[in-house]
Amino acid sequence: MTNRVFAAVAFAVAIAFAAVTQLISNEYYFTAAYTVLQFVILATAWNILGGYTGYVNFGSAAFFAIGAYSSVVLYNAFKAPLPVMIVAGTLIAGLAGLGLGYLTLRLRGVFFAIASLALAVVLYTFVVNWDYVGGARGAYVLQPSEVPFGLPRYVHLLYIAMVLMSALALIVARTIETSTLGRGLAAIRDDELAAECSGVPTLRLKIVSASVSCALMGMAGTTFPYFLSYVEPSSAFNLSYAVNSIAMPLIGGMMSWVGPLIGAVLLGSVQQLVQVTISSAWNLLIVGVLLVAFVTLAPNGIMGWIDLWRRRGRG
Amino acid sequence: MDSTTALFANAIVAGLLLGGFYAAMSVGVSISFGMLDVVNIAHPAFILLGSYIAYTMNDRLGLDPIAVSVVLSPLFFVLGAGLYRVYYLCFEQRGQESLRGLAFFFGILFITEVMLVLVFGVDYRMSKTAYADTTWRLDALDFPMRLVVPFLVSMLMVVGLQLFLSHTFFGRAVLAVAQDPLALRLMGVNPIRVKERAFALSIATAGVAGAFLIVIQPVQPAIGREYIGLVFAVCVLGGMGSIWGTLLGAFVLGLAESFTSTFFGPSWAPAVSFGLLLATLAFRPAGLLGR
Repeated sequence: MTNRVFAAVAFAVAIAFAAVTQLISNEYYFTAAYTVLQFVILATAWNILGGYTGYVNFGSAAFFAIGAYSSVVLYNAFKAPLPVMIVAGTLIAGLAGLGLGYLTLRLRGVFFAIASLALAVVLYTFVVNWDYVGGARGAYVLQPSEVPFGLPRYVHLLYIAMVLMSALALIVARTIETSTLGRGLAAIRDDELAAECSGVPTLRLKIVSASVSCALMGMAGTTFPYFLSYVEPSSAFNLSYAVNSIAMPLIGGMMSWVGPLIGAVLLGSVQQLVQVTISSAWNLLIVGVLLVAFVTLAPNGIMGWIDLWRRRGRG
Repeated sequence: MDSTTALFANAIVAGLLLGGFYAAMSVGVSISFGMLDVVNIAHPAFILLGSYIAYTMNDRLGLDPIAVSVVLSPLFFVLGAGLYRVYYLCFEQRGQESLRGLAFFFGILFITEVMLVLVFGVDYRMSKTAYADTTWRLDALDFPMRLVVPFLVSMLMVVGLQLFLSHTFFGRAVLAVAQDPLALRLMGVNPIRVKERAFALSIATAGVAGAFLIVIQPVQPAIGREYIGLVFAVCVLGGMGSIWGTLLGAFVLGLAESFTSTFFGPSWAPAVSFGLLLATLAFRPAGLLGR
C-alpha cells in the first residue's frame, strides 16, 4: 500500500469510526475513548524515536505538558480557537524536541534519555513558578458553550479531534517507517557506527526523528485543558504519561506502527477498567509490572508473538 | 559580620553540607553508570527504599536511621547483586542494554514508587533523632546538625570507597572492567562477577544515602524522581567513573542550589541540576575531572 492510499484509508476509517460511535448513548464512552486515543498518539510518537531509532525518551510527560500549557497560554491570551491551539502546541513541542536533541543527541544515547527525564522536572518547576498559567494552583480553561457541527456536548468534538489526530500520528509513523528516513533510522538503531561509516547523516536523522516524535507528543496534549476544564502541573506532568508511552510500544511491539497501536488500545482499555473497578495506584502498578515483565520475557512484544506464529504457520 | 556577608557565608556552608549529602547519593551512580556502564536510573528508588526502611525502624523501635542503614547495608548489597543478575541475563548478555535495559530500570523505579505509595501512602514521613533539631553556631554561621551528621558519615563513606577501589585487588578489577572486560577475562578474572559485586556495592550506598535523606528532610514516595536528574548531573559534571570527580561535582551542585534558593527562592532549586547537566553535556561532556 503506498503512503497516499494508506493516508486516505486511515482518514476514511477514522471519520467512519468517529461518526458511527456518535450513536453510543453512554457519555462515559467518550471520556474513556479520549484517554485511550491520547495514549495511542503518545505511544506512536514515542515509537518514532524509541522503536525506529533506538533512543529512549523518558520525557513524554514534559512534551505532553508543553502542548497542554501552550493551549493554556493561548486561551488566557486571546481565547484562541481549537485548531490554532493544536497547531501551536505541536510546533512548540517539536521545537523543544529539536533543542533537546541538538544538545544531547551528539553524545551517547543514554545522555538523551537522562536529559529528557530531567527536562520534565525542570519544566515542572518552571510551570509551578509561572503565575500567568496558574502556577501550582492550576488554571481553569472553560469549554465554549456553543458546540459546533450540532454535536450534543463539547467532549464529542474533542473526541473527534482525538480520533483524527490519532490517524494523523499513525500516518506519520507509517510514512517514516517506509521512507528512506525510516531506513536510515533503522540503520542507526542497529549499528550507529556502521551507519555513520556508510554515509548515513546520523545526527541529522536523529534530530528529525526526535523533533517529529516530540511534536506529536505535544499534539496529544493540546486538547487536554479543554478536556478537563482545569489544568494543574501535577496532572499535566503526570509520570504515568512517561511510563505508559514507553510500556505501550514495548508491549505491543516496536518494529512497526501497528505495535504501539495494539499496546495502547490494550493497555489503555485495561487501565480504564482497573481505574473504575479498583484504584488508580494499582492501575500504575499493573503498567509497571507489565513493562518489566514484557521487557525481560518477551522483548519483541505482542507483534513478536504474531510474527512467530505466522512463521510457524508457513512451516 | 554584616547581614549580607552572613547570608553569603551561610549559603556557602549550607551548600557544602548539602554537597556532602549529594555525594553520598551520587557515588553509587558513579560506580554503576560511570564504571560499569549500567545505566541504573532506578538508583533514586533504592535511596527512597532505604529512607522508608530507616523510617520504619526509627518509628517502631526508635533506632537511629543512619546506624540502621549501615547495619542493613548488606541487605541492599544482596538486593543489588540479584538485580544485576537479572539485568545481565536478560539484557547485557543479549546486547539489548541500551533500549530495553533502560526501560527495565525505568519500570523498576516505577514499581518501587507505587509499592511505597501503597504501603506508606503519599503523606510526608519524618524521622526523629536527638540531633535533628540542634544547631551548632559559630559566630553568625549556622551548622544544623541534621545536615552535619549525614555530611560526616557521607565523607567517610565516599573517601572509604575511593580508598577501597584504588587500593584493593577487587577495586582495581572494577576499574579494569570499566576499561576492558575482555582483558580481564584473559587475566583469569570473571568480569561478570566483578560487575555483580560492584553493582551490589552501588545499591548498598543507595540504602545509606536514603537514611541521610530522611534525617535531612521529610520524605514522600514521588520525590525519588526529582533526584534522578541530580544524581546523573553530579556524575556527569564530575567526570564519569571518577569518585573524586563525583565529590567535586556534588559540592559544585550543592553550592549552586544553595545560592539559588538563598537568592531566588527555594522553588527554583530543582531547575539548577538540570541546567548544570545540560551545560556540561553541551560544553564539556567529559566532565570536570574526566579523561
